[in-house]
Amino acid sequence: MKPFAYVRPERTEEAVAHLAAHPGARFLAGGTNLVDLMKLGVTGPPLLVDLGALPLDGVAETPDGGLLVGATARNSDVAAHPVVRTRYPVLSQALLAGASPQLRNAATTGGNLLQRTRCPYFQDTSTPCNKRVPGSGCPAREGVHRDLAVLGHSAHCVATHPSDMAVALAALDAEVRLRGADGERTVPVTAFHRLPGDRPDLDTVVAPGELITGVALPAPPPGALSAYRKARDRASYAFALASVALVLTVEDGRVGHAALAFGGLAHKPWRARAAEEVLRGAPATAETFRRAADAELAAAEPLRDNGFKVPLARNLAVGLLGDLASRATAAAA
Amino acid sequence: MDQTLSERASTVTLRVNGTDRSLTLDHRTTLLDALRDHLDLTGTKKGCDHGQCGACTVLLDGRRVNGCLLFAVACAGRSVTTVEGLTDGEVLHPVQEAFVARDALQCGYCTPGQICSAVALLDEAARGEPSHVTPPERLPGGPVPLTPDEIRERMSGNICRCGAYPNIVAAIEEAAR
Amino acid sequence: MTRHEPATAQPRAAVRRDARQKVTGEARYAVDRTPPGCLHACPVPAAVARGRVTAVHADEILRRPGVHAVLTHENAPRLGDADDPTLALLQEDRVPHRGWFVAVVVADTPENARAAADALRIDYAPSEHDVRLSADHPRLYTPEKANGGHPAVRERGDFDTAFAASPVRLDATYTMGALHNHPMEPHAATAWWDDDGLTVYDSSQGATTVRDVLARLFRQPQQRITVVSAYVGGGFGSKGTPRPPAVLAAMAARHTGRPVRLALPRRDLPAAVGHRAPTVQRVRIGAAADGTISALAHDVVTQTSTVKEFVEQAAVPARTMYTSPHSRTTHRVVALDVPTPSWMRAPGEASGMYALEAAMDELAEAVGVDPVELRLRNEPDAEPDSGKPFSSRGLAECLRDGARRFGWAGRDPRPGVRRDGDVLSGTGVAAATYPVLVSPSRASAHAAPDGRFVVRVDATDIGTGARTVLAQIAAEALGAPLDSVRVELGSSRLPDAPVAGGSSGTASWGWAVHKACAALRATLASDPGRTLPPEGVTVEADTKEEAGRTYPYARHAFGAHFAEVRVDTATGEVRVGRLLGVYAVGRVLNARTARSQFIGGMTMGLGMALTEHSTMDPSFGDFRERDLASYHVPVCADVPDIEAHWVEEHDPHLNPMGSKGIGEIGIVGTAAAIANAVHHACGVRLRDLPLTPDRLLPLLTTRASAP
Repeated sequence: MKPFAYVRPERTEEAVAHLAAHPGARFLAGGTNLVDLMKLGVTGPPLLVDLGALPLDGVAETPDGGLLVGATARNSDVAAHPVVRTRYPVLSQALLAGASPQLRNAATTGGNLLQRTRCPYFQDTSTPCNKRVPGSGCPAREGVHRDLAVLGHSAHCVATHPSDMAVALAALDAEVRLRGADGERTVPVTAFHRLPGDRPDLDTVVAPGELITGVALPAPPPGALSAYRKARDRASYAFALASVALVLTVEDGRVGHAALAFGGLAHKPWRARAAEEVLRGAPATAETFRRAADAELAAAEPLRDNGFKVPLARNLAVGLLGDLASRATAAAA
Repeated sequence: MDQTLSERASTVTLRVNGTDRSLTLDHRTTLLDALRDHLDLTGTKKGCDHGQCGACTVLLDGRRVNGCLLFAVACAGRSVTTVEGLTDGEVLHPVQEAFVARDALQCGYCTPGQICSAVALLDEAARGEPSHVTPPERLPGGPVPLTPDEIRERMSGNICRCGAYPNIVAAIEEAAR
Repeated sequence: MTRHEPATAQPRAAVRRDARQKVTGEARYAVDRTPPGCLHACPVPAAVARGRVTAVHADEILRRPGVHAVLTHENAPRLGDADDPTLALLQEDRVPHRGWFVAVVVADTPENARAAADALRIDYAPSEHDVRLSADHPRLYTPEKANGGHPAVRERGDFDTAFAASPVRLDATYTMGALHNHPMEPHAATAWWDDDGLTVYDSSQGATTVRDVLARLFRQPQQRITVVSAYVGGGFGSKGTPRPPAVLAAMAARHTGRPVRLALPRRDLPAAVGHRAPTVQRVRIGAAADGTISALAHDVVTQTSTVKEFVEQAAVPARTMYTSPHSRTTHRVVALDVPTPSWMRAPGEASGMYALEAAMDELAEAVGVDPVELRLRNEPDAEPDSGKPFSSRGLAECLRDGARRFGWAGRDPRPGVRRDGDVLSGTGVAAATYPVLVSPSRASAHAAPDGRFVVRVDATDIGTGARTVLAQIAAEALGAPLDSVRVELGSSRLPDAPVAGGSSGTASWGWAVHKACAALRATLASDPGRTLPPEGVTVEADTKEEAGRTYPYARHAFGAHFAEVRVDTATGEVRVGRLLGVYAVGRVLNARTARSQFIGGMTMGLGMALTEHSTMDPSFGDFRERDLASYHVPVCADVPDIEAHWVEEHDPHLNPMGSKGIGEIGIVGTAAAIANAVHHACGVRLRDLPLTPDRLLPLLTTRASAP
């Protein structure tokens, strides 16, 4: 690891100013991914700007019935928050499906969104990787890629985004609040992460020096149920092979609101708009759910060794749609 | 050079097992290495150095964390409890007692991390924090009953290659009583 | 020989003696004692799969603050020959595989050492490499011996004719990828030279062995070298032979004149400390309609490196297990440009019994005989390969007792019929075996005037409970209370002893301890009235003669594993609901630590069956899953409440304790029991471990695609 300087500002503007003044500097929050990557030599910032003293760790209800989750709120605190558990269960479940208690106690909302792919070539500085060294090549496409993308990948990169939380946020239509030297802006979570295209080095639309200050959750649709499902190689403490987040309402046997997102399939949390198109207004039946999942996954382009992810994602989605629909029906009865 | 960038080390004070300890540390020094190499508290172990095994688990302001993924400088002013800080003189912590009684260890290398993790687990469950296996319909408020499945899920951030898991679960059940 | 009856006062489940040190953090492992002035070393793994180092740009690194030295093949101390080419480190420019250490950087702090090692530029002249194992690899050859000194090929009768003539013929090929030991303590050492010679705190399974090898490498008399392995954070075979940290730390300490500490990063382990080699195993069984086996062939293909030949002896258990009048068991190996494979818990048995016991399950299905009954029908009267009678063979009793405890009776053999929503459940059984091994050992027993005893032996407690069990053996032999006996182990300053390996530690060290203590007891008893001199009385023992005896018996431990699994047909995820083992292992000396050994072995077998997945990267020539986030060893949530039991077994042909080894048998057959249960659950016969969702899901009929 390269030596670095360290500051711990107490005001948000100060933190943003540090990054504007020092090219290559990085914000440090929970450190659960950044410290890991610094040890691996994937990144070597000359300055770390610790966000630990900033007043960004709150979780607060907003006047419009939503919730504002601070950028440095710990994953464990968000998962256990009474409002999250009762009104946004998909978010609590997604957080608790990720990592370990120790990691969730350190990891933050902003850091979770910004975590980088676990593609083994990205993490191994002795191999090429377009994400790490643009233009060096992508050995994963022909190499070891069982865990990598089946949707939205490019010739340059087949990485997946590893987050569980971000998949739930995508289904919840959450928005990311950013502050840069030029002011503040808001980006929907679904537009926050990029597809790799020919710039796989860019994971997100965050501009250099911009700071995530929080994530805003809109009020959940009335009567909505939500949940998260994840498949993995071992029962806990493993990244998703595939996962699905769902927010659903059912009225009179028909699907009302349906927001479906996949994890583990793409370079970003994959909001399943084509599936939602099929679902909306359709009878809440297994047949509809299968058609919806198939409509979304028709675009999948599996690599040599990850074709299993397509039926896996399909089954997870169909299963979760069925479970939430029967719960909704039972609740209405 | 820019003043901000010139300092690669800092003097920090950590409250370790109840005592303030002042150290001048390379910023790259993790909390784990600070404890082991600068304070000779070698009970906390380095199993993977990347947050993938839990051998370095310590309590930071009472909450369990992986010491290998925290820079010590970022822990300035905070309170750290290591396995050495759990004993009261010669008297073992109830979790330590239970680990001995249930033979919840073999090589012992993951054990300090398991024990720190278990101590935190008891507190988290008592405070009603949910886990992945807590039924979603269980609403916030009140302690979470520590079934074997709850303990297994909540201990899954601590790998034991010797395979002492069944005994670890039994020990934590015993300590929870 | 008479079996030594236990004194009634001895607790049979004594609490682990070092438990308190381990739960308090007082136990000091290899890099938990940093001497004053210690430097820190970081090795540099080769970044090519094969070739030569053409330049090491050490000058750039030596200018960095804190960097003391860069050792390479150009300046490192010249080593003697220790008959282990994996330890010929920094001796030449050749790179035999990716991850081979090509340099060591020594600096004042761990942070500076690591940063400098990362920054060190090395130029290579790469050559083409070949890392792909296949059953038809053109360079496959039949070695002289497989690991453990077993003949590579054994034939009895006329397999081909008998197989062709059999009414029922099974021909199945099973594959498994590499497995990694990954003890929780990465391999590490602290070394320094002073007037007394070299001292090394090493994470090893045997300090005597490490001392002997270091003596040869550094051309020193043995008494000038001290190796301490007092507490060792697991090894599972990977610390059974001396490893690079001890050698590199000692080289760096000699080069710099300072103490040096070196701990391998976790990611370096798969290439540097051995692995269980991948195998392709073809099993052919010819049987009568009632399942009686007439012909059995087990043909193993595996890999080794170009550095050293290591042949996983996977076909060996087929020589012991079942009636087989006509048999052929073979090993072939190819030397690839891969890291050198080595011992991993039950080498040979773990991999071989996966294939054989999965094949037995397939045979049971083919002949319509219950899998427990099929094994009982094929119990041999004597060891099939050697013709020797068994000193004891408790397999049938283990199978029967296990079936009773597990609730096997009345099991519906049909696969795929126990459905709860998406989840199918099933049960499986497999047998286990492990040989009785013993090596010569020395030990001393000392009686102090105050009535206390000290037993000294360079045993290693890698988590087995050796400290505890050796004290029990001593107390029993002395006829003394357990708490009057202190055991000193884990240092080459103590009487020489073999490694903790081959499930032979207790037998080897215990025999020497028993001998010394029995002699001491006799000495004391010869003059009951006398007062001991102030320095006490010490008796030494050596079991060279006893351990070298040949026996007219086949001596093996046996066991039976039962598993219940749930297969999620929507995801391909498999979870184990129950795991039960019953063992026939002679006399169990400590019920508490023995149970821990058994459940630990079974847990590793669970990982082998379901989660531990390693991929050889054909382009780069190294394992792609090198950390604990990608190489999935089981976590607590994967492991159910495992049961371990044992049957009473009195075998007079073992050792004075009447014990067989127990450290490895728990992993043997567990993977087969689980794989067989997966087949029983869902009807899918996947002959490729581990059974991960990517492999299983495509074979399952799912709810979503059902009509």
